[in-house]
Amino acid sequence: MASYSTNEFKRGLKIMLDGDPYNIVENEFVKPGKGQAFNRVKVKNLKTGRTIERTFKSGESVEAADVLDIDMQYLYNDGEAWHFMHPDTFEQIGADENALGEEKKWLKEQDMCVVTLWDGVPISVTPPNHVILKVTETDPGVRGDTATGGTKPAVLETGAVVQVPLFIEEGDLLKVDTRSGEYISRAKEE
Amino acid sequence: MAGCDWRPTASLVNIKLRARILARIRAFFAAREVLEVETPVLSRAAVTDPNIESFSTLYAGPGLAGEARLYLHTSPEFPMKRLLASGSGPIYQIARVFRQGERGRQHNPEFSLLEWYRPGFGQRDLMREVADLVHEVLSAFVELGDTEYLSYAEAFERYAGIDPHHATVDELAACAAHHGIAPVPGLEYERDSWLELLLIHKVEPRLGEGRLTFIFDYPASQASLARIRKGTPDLAERFELYINGVEIANGFHELGDGTEQRERFAGELQKRERQGQIAVPMDEMLLAALESGLPDCAGVALGIDRLVMLAAGAAAIDEVLAFALERA
Repeated sequence: MASYSTNEFKRGLKIMLDGDPYNIVENEFVKPGKGQAFNRVKVKNLKTGRTIERTFKSGESVEAADVLDIDMQYLYNDGEAWHFMHPDTFEQIGADENALGEEKKWLKEQDMCVVTLWDGVPISVTPPNHVILKVTETDPGVRGDTATGGTKPAVLETGAVVQVPLFIEEGDLLKVDTRSGEYISRAKEE
Repeated sequence: MAGCDWRPTASLVNIKLRARILARIRAFFAAREVLEVETPVLSRAAVTDPNIESFSTLYAGPGLAGEARLYLHTSPEFPMKRLLASGSGPIYQIARVFRQGERGRQHNPEFSLLEWYRPGFGQRDLMREVADLVHEVLSAFVELGDTEYLSYAEAFERYAGIDPHHATVDELAACAAHHGIAPVPGLEYERDSWLELLLIHKVEPRLGEGRLTFIFDYPASQASLARIRKGTPDLAERFELYINGVEIANGFHELGDGTEQRERFAGELQKRERQGQIAVPMDEMLLAALESGLPDCAGVALGIDRLVMLAAGAAAIDEVLAFALERA
């Protein structure tokens, strides 16, 4: 079984802890002048997204997680699974609700996403940082109001709700940041 | 090699800052008539402390018969004590020292240590002089609050809520669990391991917030080269200085008893063997000097790079080293 020494620890390394795959978010070497050396790490559970702290004795080894990030195109949702396709091999794979989590609200057919596979099974999906989505429901726009800075909620075609400026109308295309869930700008039809 | 990163990791501003700090340190000791000395970087003996690993190299040539293994010093402590034992009086050294396997935001395997010894001083006298030096060196760069002196027990009671000298191993384990510290795979669960875990998670980060905090009177089991003061419990006359949660200096009321020192070295070598670490030759020259008589003295080692980091407001040691490990 592949393993990593704490000397190889760095951001982005995927390790197994308590039976779950984790991503190292932060790694700090701690060594009191007269004491034992430790690596203090912040790790993110790739299944739940929860971040925890762990301490390792420096020089110890930790099992590597067989985790792959693959760029795939989102195809459709059949009510149970969200289906993705590898753009080169056309191989398809279905991800369940647990893997999607909150991110499902940003998925638009044909967008390229990063699908994270653990032992070949999708455990998380990362949508593009920016997506363009149509407004399906919002209060009528206030014409000409581009400066007052007020906002209102708008429902997008995927079901996501974002705060938008008052001048936005139903049917507008919006560019949204999926990491913060924030409105960026109006967008033109592609 | 084209395209490789040959440039310094430190800015020119920080390189100049280091030079100014070194000049201030030398002025401080000149005014107090402490003698600057140099001792060998390469030695036939090494530190036995299982938590400190030396680099070594081979010498071939006249002077030493055959091929001789020489160890790069991890601190100039042993030869400086030999100078003290031969009557040098107060001495200091600014040394580049080497420690295997230590690399991180606060660590580089070679770094600059300021080490000095004061005959006639106890740990309290030397803590005060360390505070004077740090204030004098840093005053132009950072504002520091009033210096705080906490015993090891007070620090643990305040920040970890436990008596470090009397708690049982089970109580220490429960305390760590209570603070959400997950078990550490492969760690030998002795008292000192638990104390170290609590120290790095709960105590150290709180020490020296915007000021100097000294921790003194360590458990006898962590005496290293410090004298042990008999009492209930026995305490090591050892201190550490922290600023903004970072360890800056470590000092001792120096152990002068050659027999006790030999026993401690032997104990450390046994622990090295138990843990499968390489064996190293203990420093017989130091032991002989102690047997001939070390003046009652206190000594301290202070990390110059970390002092420069504080003056520069740097978050990583790389910002104050001309060329950190990966560019060395």
